[in-house]
Amino acid sequence: MIRADWIGLLARSIPEALEARLDGLELPPHDWLRAPETGTVMVRGRTGGTGAPFNLGEVTATRCTLRLGDGTEGHAFVQGRDAAHATRAALVDALMQGPRAAEMRAGVLDPLAAEEAARRAERAGKAEATRVEFETMVRGDD
Amino acid sequence: MYVAAKGGEQAIAAAHAWLAEERRGDRRDPALSLRQIASQLALATARVMAEGSLYDEALAALAVQQSRGDLVEAVFLLRAYRTTLPRLAASRPLDTGRMVVERRVSATFKDIPGGQILGPTFDYTHRLLDFALEAGDEAAAARIAAAPAPTRPRVSEVLGREGLLRDEPRQNAEPTDLTRTPLELPADRPLRLQALARADEGFLLSLAYSTQRGYGRTHAFVGELRIGAVEVEVEIPELGLSVAFAEIVVTECETVNQFTGSRREPPQFTRGYGLTLGRCERKAISMSLVDRALQWRELGEDYAGAPAQDEEFVLMHCDNVQATGFLEHIKLPHYVDFQAELELIRRLRREAGGAGEAAE
Repeated sequence: MIRADWIGLLARSIPEALEARLDGLELPPHDWLRAPETGTVMVRGRTGGTGAPFNLGEVTATRCTLRLGDGTEGHAFVQGRDAAHATRAALVDALMQGPRAAEMRAGVLDPLAAEEAARRAERAGKAEATRVEFETMVRGDD
Repeated sequence: MYVAAKGGEQAIAAAHAWLAEERRGDRRDPALSLRQIASQLALATARVMAEGSLYDEALAALAVQQSRGDLVEAVFLLRAYRTTLPRLAASRPLDTGRMVVERRVSATFKDIPGGQILGPTFDYTHRLLDFALEAGDEAAAARIAAAPAPTRPRVSEVLGREGLLRDEPRQNAEPTDLTRTPLELPADRPLRLQALARADEGFLLSLAYSTQRGYGRTHAFVGELRIGAVEVEVEIPELGLSVAFAEIVVTECETVNQFTGSRREPPQFTRGYGLTLGRCERKAISMSLVDRALQWRELGEDYAGAPAQDEEFVLMHCDNVQATGFLEHIKLPHYVDFQAELELIRRLRREAGGAGEAAE
């Protein structure tokens, strides 16, 4: 999992799920380089799915950047308006760049990735149960 | 002209207090939570997100609650809130081919790779009121089957190869944003699609229906309708990374339209496109029919004078926040204007010979 992957995974995670994964872990103090800021991202589609970009509508997002005592910077850009969620995501991003990376990977990222995969697989499984085979009737006199 | 009125503060405060009480409803029942609205009135919430042009389920649920279920009012509330937020970035264009599909059907092609997936649809229900719900049915549960892959390719990707379907060549021009730049006509297709994506569902439905009934007929079939979750990617310039920071549900519809050719284009199937935030199936289908009707100029078709072909008519009237703002303002005090109108009518009647006044 490269950095773009874990920043995205943390960003898409359910805030309560990330909070639960960090519960009981010792988190270091931090300074803000950019305190959490909530705004929007304009989501774009493409004409016909593949053509020219167009503006579909916006989605709420919160970003922040923090710095640990040892100078490591953590960045977050999460879906929604939850500043505490963005802060937790940035802390994990910072810790992933230092000696606690293995702990974060095993205790936070891997479980979150498994939960996301399970969530998607469950929806895909429900979808598959509704797969239909339409038979066309041939009209005529044979 | 609207001339401001003043006064009435106490009456207005009392009206709003009563509104709050009415909104709360019968106090023998617990108040609805936003989670209940977002999950059990999910399609109302989705419509507010699509027309409010802001994907945030909790905010949309709050708007539905605050508006007492008046969805146009809820859209208005969400739009107003959106204007208070800074724009952090624009996403990369969605790759809907990588959607985790919960529904995908094609009315034109029976055997599509990945199969026809009905999803949680109202289709094929009997449309009979279900009194089990009234009695509090808690037994509802979906079935689960082993799925080969969560994503399924888009139908047009498979069929475009034959060359019978009009190509949608990839471009990367920066689209104009009508929330930042006033709408100018004629509008290009990306700008039209932005306007349609936030347009009123009822307005688009009626326009789309009018094309089916013959006002600018385009012979549309649903080539593919799909609903599902897609990741939203954004560039983070400070890091030099592209991050899939969000997952949103969208509805995509692509129509396949009969086209016998024009001076510029050979006979082929043309396409209409609909894409909405959230689960808005009727809206996405309507949008793709209206998108197709508005393409008459690009395709070299004749302008039949149909409402759905009239870009100015469609784009200037499709937004329910603009429409309701102008419409509803006529109920606010216009006493000064009306006084002037009254004077005018009285004067005209006097000038007409005083017959009217004599009769009074």
